[in-house]
Amino acid sequence: MSNQESMNRVRAGLARRYAAERRFRMYGVIAILLSLAFLLMLFVSIIGNGYTAFQQTYIKLDVNFDPAMLDPTGSGDMKIINRTGDFQGVIKQALRDAFPGVTKRGDKRNLYGLVSGGAGFELRDRLHADPGLMGRTVSIWVTADAEIDMVVKGHIDREVPEDDRRVKDQTIAWIDALVAEDRLEKRFNITFFTAGDSRNPEQAGIWGAAVGSVYTLIVTLVLSFPIGVAAAIYLEEFAPTNRFTDFIEVNINNLAAVPSIVFGLLGLAVFINFFGMPRSAPMVGGLVLTLMTLPTIIIASRAALKSVPPSIREAALGIGASKMQMVFHHVLPLAMPGMLTGAIIGMAQALGETAPLLMIGMVAFIVDIPGGVFDPSTVLPVQIYLWADSPERAFVERTSAAIMVLLAFLVTMNALAVLLRKRFEKRW
Amino acid sequence: MEIAMNTSEAVMSPESTIENGVLAPVRDAVGTPLLAREDARMTCRNVNVYYGEKHAIHDVSLDIGKNEVIAMIGPSGCGKSTFLRCLNRMNDTIDICRVQGQIRIDDQDIYDKSVDVVPLRAQVGMVFQKPNPFPKSIYDNIAYGPRIHGLSNNRTDLDEIVQGSLQKAGLWEEVKDRLDQPGTGLSGGQQQRLCIARAIAVSPEVILMDEPCSALDPIATARIEELIDELRSNFTIAIVTHSMQQAARVSQRTAYFHLGDLVEVGPTEEIFTNPSHKLTEDYITGRFG
Repeated sequence: MSNQESMNRVRAGLARRYAAERRFRMYGVIAILLSLAFLLMLFVSIIGNGYTAFQQTYIKLDVNFDPAMLDPTGSGDMKIINRTGDFQGVIKQALRDAFPGVTKRGDKRNLYGLVSGGAGFELRDRLHADPGLMGRTVSIWVTADAEIDMVVKGHIDREVPEDDRRVKDQTIAWIDALVAEDRLEKRFNITFFTAGDSRNPEQAGIWGAAVGSVYTLIVTLVLSFPIGVAAAIYLEEFAPTNRFTDFIEVNINNLAAVPSIVFGLLGLAVFINFFGMPRSAPMVGGLVLTLMTLPTIIIASRAALKSVPPSIREAALGIGASKMQMVFHHVLPLAMPGMLTGAIIGMAQALGETAPLLMIGMVAFIVDIPGGVFDPSTVLPVQIYLWADSPERAFVERTSAAIMVLLAFLVTMNALAVLLRKRFEKRW
Repeated sequence: MEIAMNTSEAVMSPESTIENGVLAPVRDAVGTPLLAREDARMTCRNVNVYYGEKHAIHDVSLDIGKNEVIAMIGPSGCGKSTFLRCLNRMNDTIDICRVQGQIRIDDQDIYDKSVDVVPLRAQVGMVFQKPNPFPKSIYDNIAYGPRIHGLSNNRTDLDEIVQGSLQKAGLWEEVKDRLDQPGTGLSGGQQQRLCIARAIAVSPEVILMDEPCSALDPIATARIEELIDELRSNFTIAIVTHSMQQAARVSQRTAYFHLGDLVEVGPTEEIFTNPSHKLTEDYITGRFG
């Protein structure tokens, strides 16, 4: 074939080659646009559902801290008042004063429903902070009931016939009256970020689950990172290649593919039943998640170690570094960014993990903020699961809000990891 | 050394020299002035290297004299690098590699079970084909060896070692103002001189160089060759090279390897002007290789 002929063939094929390339690039762009669209859908739905949860309706009441109700024995001792004081009664009194026209028993009960069942505790805390309030009448903003909150935010439609509506016309009239008097207001929902779980949506918060997640992740990180990295270093740098190490390698790869609920069962059987560790504790959750993330970290760390160029190893060995010095002075620092990436992937997985934690009792309804790794607690994804399961309309927006908090948590963690990586890479 | 020579003589069969006619390697040269040197720093006797089933080096016996530069030449895959890497046991890192025979330094077989590779490699340093500075500062590159071996008592000591090594490697003037800059930021030739400085910082007796100039341009190569010549007064140098001109320029003796055999070893001038072996002649005249 002459040169002219072959050039003709080359030219004839060019259009086809470029068309193939254009097609391939188009597929890529379509794939990216599709995934962006899905991501956008996800965010729009979550944020659209959830942003209202960051606000909460409050009602201003003229509360009389009546010693006859709060301290019937006249002790003046805050401890006794805390235990026996009828704070909810004081609120009811304030409501009756605000709406003197309400006289029937049933109507009164509906009237009391305007205010959260936990509002009494808010009063108690106020009195605790300022005992001088006793005997005085003060204007106080108290948390409104979740249903009232839903009406105010428009989640409960006023146009729906009264029989099909959870909030009756009478209550809506009261709400309108309160609004007219400037006694009803939406404010930033601090409770959501400071409280633990509650049966009352307006009293429920994410803080307990967030703290539980932090404790669980700390346990997971403290255990899985050193163990995973040590295992990876040993297997990659020191272990002889024989049947036994092959067997271990195959098993590590298999462990990475085991469904996480199986680790939960294992944790239940071993850590709780056999070792007698407390149920629902971040310690046990952390241990279970450690088992789950270890294979991820080991596999990523080994890949990172493998990618360190052999010339660096030879350089170190060539001037008489021992194997251990070679690994710790040269190989490990170079592999560190890769190892950190693996650890972060593992941690992100652990942060979002729900199934194994259900098995070890972290799905329990826990109101208190955990104070340590052995206190019963729950974690963010389990809290989301619990709220998503609740029938109250107000939990729908809180579920989405909790998802936002979880995502923010995740983004912060990843950002931190990227920063760490940058610092490590800069040093070299 | 006497014992080593005796054993090798005993193992040698006279047939081995004549069995393949012209292809027969000079194996029986033990005892001849060319091979066994009075001033030998390292003596190798009947070294065989296997990679798994593959027999990579056959029965090589070679002395490396004190303060000499010995060049090892030969076509690709002839085993010269493998042999070089045996001299400080760098082959230990390859799982399937087995070494038989004796390699002695200070009358101690370096493949003896009692020998620790860490001091051995401090005594027999190495410079590799591709410049491989650590991704650290120039200072830390040089100081690393002395640090791990505990060669300096204080910072001043260490500074002196670093400066001395860089001066010996002819790099001091170029880098003295930027010792804290990463060693990987230097040019290829500078990096290779940095690696040489790093090797001499632990004061080895022997320096092994595995094609140290193959990744460098001619100017950097000339600079390194000069350096090798200067280093000869303090160190014993074994260099593997693909360039026959380089071997001719820097070495006092040259060993020609062919397919795992040491074919011929002798004074460089003689090898290049009057090789006693047909294979050597073919190679140096460019008929193959």
